[in-house]
Amino acid sequence: MDIFLQQLINGLTVGSIYALIALGYTMVYGILRLINFAHGDLAILGAFIGLTVITGLAGSGGAPANWIVIVAFVLAVLVVAIAGVLLEFTAYRPLRNAHRLSAVVSALGASMFIQNGIMLIWSPQTLTFPEGIMPQTTYNFGSVVISATQIFIVTVSLLLMLALYLYVNKTRFGTAIRAAAIDQDAARLMGINVNKVITSVFILGPALGAIGGLFIGVYYRQAVFDMGWIYGLNAFIAAIIGGIGNIPGAMIGGLLLGLFSSLASGYISSTWQQAIVFGLLILILMVRPTGILGERVADKV
Amino acid sequence: MSTSEPTLLALDNIGISFGGLRAVDQLNLEVKKGQVVGLIGPNGAGKTTVFNIITGVYKPTDGRVLWKGEAINGLPPYRVAQRGILRTFQTIRLFSGMSVLENVLAGKHLRTRQTWWAGLLSTPAQRREEKQLREECMEILKTLKLDHVANEVATSLAYGIQRRVEMARTLAASPELLILDEPAAGLNDNESAELNKTILDIRDSGVTVLLVEHDMNVVMNVTDHIVVISFGRKIAEGEPESIRNNPDVIEAYLGKDDDEDEQEAFA
Repeated sequence: MDIFLQQLINGLTVGSIYALIALGYTMVYGILRLINFAHGDLAILGAFIGLTVITGLAGSGGAPANWIVIVAFVLAVLVVAIAGVLLEFTAYRPLRNAHRLSAVVSALGASMFIQNGIMLIWSPQTLTFPEGIMPQTTYNFGSVVISATQIFIVTVSLLLMLALYLYVNKTRFGTAIRAAAIDQDAARLMGINVNKVITSVFILGPALGAIGGLFIGVYYRQAVFDMGWIYGLNAFIAAIIGGIGNIPGAMIGGLLLGLFSSLASGYISSTWQQAIVFGLLILILMVRPTGILGERVADKV
Repeated sequence: MSTSEPTLLALDNIGISFGGLRAVDQLNLEVKKGQVVGLIGPNGAGKTTVFNIITGVYKPTDGRVLWKGEAINGLPPYRVAQRGILRTFQTIRLFSGMSVLENVLAGKHLRTRQTWWAGLLSTPAQRREEKQLREECMEILKTLKLDHVANEVATSLAYGIQRRVEMARTLAASPELLILDEPAAGLNDNESAELNKTILDIRDSGVTVLLVEHDMNVVMNVTDHIVVISFGRKIAEGEPESIRNNPDVIEAYLGKDDDEDEQEAFA
C-alpha cells in the first residue's frame, strides 16, 4: 500500500509536468493539424535558461533566493515564448499551404536545430541544478514521503491548467481560438484574425512548456541537451491518450500517463517503464483511436 | 425603396478565372443602403463565387469591389468582416461542439475591445465586458426565438434551428451588409415563411441584405431588387415583378422549350 501511495504521489508530479507540455502539442495540433515535434525541445530550452539564470544570479554556493527562482521562471517563459513565435514564423508559416508531410519534416528539423543549439550553447554534458531551488521540506506519512517540491509542482501545474481552461472557454480570445480550431475559414469570415490566433497559440503553448521543462530540471536536478526528445515524446503520447486537439484531454492524458508510468516502474520494472508506456498507448489507440476525449477529431482529419 | 440612398457595395466590372474557366465576367452590381438585393441564377452561374469575391476569399482577376466607395478587393477575409460585411453559409458551418450561445459569442469577436492578454489577467474590465457580451448575445437569441436552446450544442439541433443560429452568430457581429447564401435551403414551408419575416425584420433594423436564393417564394417576397446571372454574366436586373416576366431569365432557368409546369414552379 505504501509503495502504491508513494508511486501515486510521484506519478501525479510527473503527470502534471507531462500535462503542461502536452497542452502545447494539443493546442498547435488543434489549430494547424500539425505535430510540433520541436515542442519538447522548446520545453527543455526553458530548463536550460532557468538553470543559467539561477547559477548566474546565485553563484555556485548556497541555496538561491526565492526572487532568483521567480526571475528564472519568468525569463524561461519569456524566452521560450519568443522562440515559439520565431519557430512558427520560420519553420511553419512558410509551409502553411504545403503538403502536410513537408511541415512534419520541418518540425523534425526544427527539433534537431533547437537540440543542437542547446548543445552548442550549454555543452553536451549533463548539467546539474544547484541544491535548494525548491523548498527542501519533506512530509512523512508512515513510509510515504511527499516533498514540498512535489506539492509545489502539482499545485502550480493544476492552477496553470485551470487558468488556461478558463481562458479558452470564458474569454473572447479563447472563443476565437476554439472557433479557429473548428473551422478556420468560417472563423475568418466572422472577422477573426486566424494568423493572430496561431501566433497566440505559439506563445501560450511554449510558455506552459517552458514551465514544465524547468519543473523537470528542478525536480530531477539535472538537464541534458537531448532530453527534450524523450520528455516531448511522453507529453505527445499524453496528448494522444487524451485525444489530440482537445485541451482538457491533454490534461487528463498527462496525469494518466504520469500515474501509469510511475506505477509501472514501481511495481514491474523501471527498465521496462518506457515500453509499458508505449504498450498503454497502443492499447488505448486500439480501443479508442481518437483518445479519451477526442471525439471531435475524427470528423476533421 | 428609394434609389436616393447611398451605395453601400458596388462590384465594378468584376471578373475571375480559374485556370481556363471564366467563372465571373464583367459583372456590375450595386447594393444601396437599406435594400434587400437578391442574386439569382441557375446552378453553376457563379453566385457563390461572387460572394467569395466580396468577402475576400477569392481575389478577382479583374475589376474592383467598392465598399462605400473604397476598394476592398485584396483585403483578407477577416479585414472585410471588420468593415461590416458578414455572411452565412450555404452549407451550415456552425462551430461544432460549441453551444448556441458560444457560437454567437464567437460572432461577437469583432465587436469587443479587449486585447488577447486581458483574458489571461482576467481584469475587472475584461470580466465586465464578457458579462455584457453574454447579455447582448442573449438579446439576439431572444429576437430570433433561440433563447431556449442557448446552452444546447449547436450542431445537435434541427436543421432549421441551426440556420437561425448561424444568422444569430452573424448578427452578433453587427453587420452593415448581411450576405445570406441560400438561407432557405433545407427549410420547410413554415420555416421559410418565418425566414421571410426574419429577413424583413433585419432590414428594418437598418441592416442591408444581399442574398442568394433558389426558393422563389423567398426571393420574390423579400427583395427590393434582383440581379440575375448566368454563366458568370449578368443577364437581367430589376424589381421582382419585372424579373418574373423577363424572357431571358425564364430561358436561362428553364431552357428554350417552354414548359407550363416548370413555369408555374418559377412563378
